[in-house]
Amino acid sequence: MQISSRQLDKTTIFDVSGDIDLANSPAVRKALLHEMRDNRTPRVVMNLSKVRYIDSSGVASLVEGLKAARDVGTRFILFGLSTTAREVLQLSRLLKIFEVYDNEEQALAG
Amino acid sequence: MKTVHPARRGNAKQRNGDLSRGLLLRLELTSDPGLLCAVRGAVERLTESFGFSAPDCRAVTRAVDEALTNIIRHAYSGRPDRPIEMFFRSVQRRANHKAAEGLEILLCDRGPAIKPDQLCMRALEEVRPGGLGLHFIQQSMDIVEYKRANGTNRLRLVKYIRAPKQGVNS
Repeated sequence: MQISSRQLDKTTIFDVSGDIDLANSPAVRKALLHEMRDNRTPRVVMNLSKVRYIDSSGVASLVEGLKAARDVGTRFILFGLSTTAREVLQLSRLLKIFEVYDNEEQALAG
Repeated sequence: MKTVHPARRGNAKQRNGDLSRGLLLRLELTSDPGLLCAVRGAVERLTESFGFSAPDCRAVTRAVDEALTNIIRHAYSGRPDRPIEMFFRSVQRRANHKAAEGLEILLCDRGPAIKPDQLCMRALEEVRPGGLGLHFIQQSMDIVEYKRANGTNRLRLVKYIRAPKQGVNS
């Protein structure tokens, strides 16, 4: 898995590629929490369009990110969910909890 | 990760009982999280060739991945060098005078026995991290059974191939 970030005005976009599983979900969690708690970025967007698979530990990292976002007043957005990623969020009944868009344009306009 | 051909299984039969019937694939690996990706790839290919639908291929792959994650995290407390064995077998059941083919996956680890409260699932209504793996396994498979035997934890997962729905005119 690879994770990189871009800055657009008051928004940080994380571009993630590969699988998010037990081996690398801590890196996702660390990046999200740092951006929200330390940098207090007003809007954090996760580009998941190149993520093929997310396991329960990956979902847990996203939930931790969401909770941190609510704590500090950051808006946390996901876009580009693969079928597998969408399935795990549906199975865990979390799809409606997150702010989800199909693509980056919609995510930034939303 | 080691792939073992059924014909070369050696002493595995003695350790694990008669698992040779219908054996499709046997994997031996260490509890290294970096190997999860390789196992998912193998399970994806196996379920595709077995004849599962695309959603069921994803479901079985997800269940196996979550079961391995639980072994690594809970049975082995994150140690990356402990042994895990996996057996993939073709099984059949009869229901309503029809035979259904299924894929049985047996995951074996040598960690301490699992306590019953570790197998309890949390309520999905709680929005909090963690505790989702068992839900994913239960939702993905037709049979989920845990057994402790001869110092080994054995998790048995079975998924049956669903017959295609028939239309009114078919």
